Amino acid sequence: MATLTNEYVQSRIASQFGDKITEQVESYGMLTVTVHHEAYFDLIKWLKEDAEINCMFLTDLTAAHYPDRKEEELNVVVHLHNLPANFRIRVKTYIASAHPHLPSLTPLYKGANWMERESFDFFGVKFTGHPKLKTILNVDDMDYHPMLKQYPMEDQTREDKDNKYFGR
Amino acid sequence: MSDIKIAEAPVSIDGPGFSLTSLDKVVGLARANSIWPLPFATSCCGIEFMATMGANYDLARFGSERLSFSPRQADLLMVMGTIAKKMGPVLRQVYLQMAEPRWVIAVGACASSGGIFDTYSVLQGIDRVIPVDVYVPGCPPRPEQIIDGVMRIQDLVKTESLRRRNEPEYKQLLAGYGIQ
Repeated sequence: MATLTNEYVQSRIASQFGDKITEQVESYGMLTVTVHHEAYFDLIKWLKEDAEINCMFLTDLTAAHYPDRKEEELNVVVHLHNLPANFRIRVKTYIASAHPHLPSLTPLYKGANWMERESFDFFGVKFTGHPKLKTILNVDDMDYHPMLKQYPMEDQTREDKDNKYFGR
Repeated sequence: MSDIKIAEAPVSIDGPGFSLTSLDKVVGLARANSIWPLPFATSCCGIEFMATMGANYDLARFGSERLSFSPRQADLLMVMGTIAKKMGPVLRQVYLQMAEPRWVIAVGACASSGGIFDTYSVLQGIDRVIPVDVYVPGCPPRPEQIIDGVMRIQDLVKTESLRRRNEPEYKQLLAGYGIQ
């Protein structure tokens, strides 16, 4: 099995997707590709189905909230792994919190099901085409997405704590 | 000779061949020294409880060696550890399945008040879903403290009216939690 290098994969992605890729950086030896959300599904499908790159395993899918990045407040991060070549890649994409829609990866990876539900539960990312997009870890009647930064971490139902001692 | 101490007999009028006391006291004595605890251990306080049950601290000395893992046979619900909001209805269900008379002890900061977990997902004290008789502070409390909590429960059990569940105060307390 030929070893895959970051430089090689980087050039393949650049020639295949070109202007849809906004950034390609290497951090701690791992290639990180930032892709426009319109090409998000196509890029991951290509990374999985390309005979050489062949990232058949979805290691992780999660989200982050950057309230200061206007029109791209929500960040979705996907980690992929090519098991035989031990090659890992990180794919990032940004979407606006006003329109938090992304195609679901469940047609490609069965394992995306619960990870996407978790990202929906905590960040409100709506994965279109997901078979069962509802809360997974929080209580069933949770009516907001608690990891978004506009919500305080602390439980708001407590009266016995004096705010000034807790920095709020 | 061993120095085994047995429970002290209640105050009584004694004569040759008889001993006269009130039924309340006898039943209270029997109940207090044969409490069946139901451990509801969710985190580190549960580990301290395991030490409490073990040979070194030996909760059996207080008549509580028989743990009941069925709530229907338990007298004392011992809640040890962080209760997430998702666990709240489960805890309440366990409490509802217990038969009267029943007591509840909240062991540790998390069960008593949510502790350091002042966050959207954690119940801020189990007294938000079920009534609590004794709170044991500590994070986690030492086995001595847990034993002290059990002894405070014994004090309650000993002095409690046999008809506690018929008292208006008790009914009002349960109604406050929406329990019939």
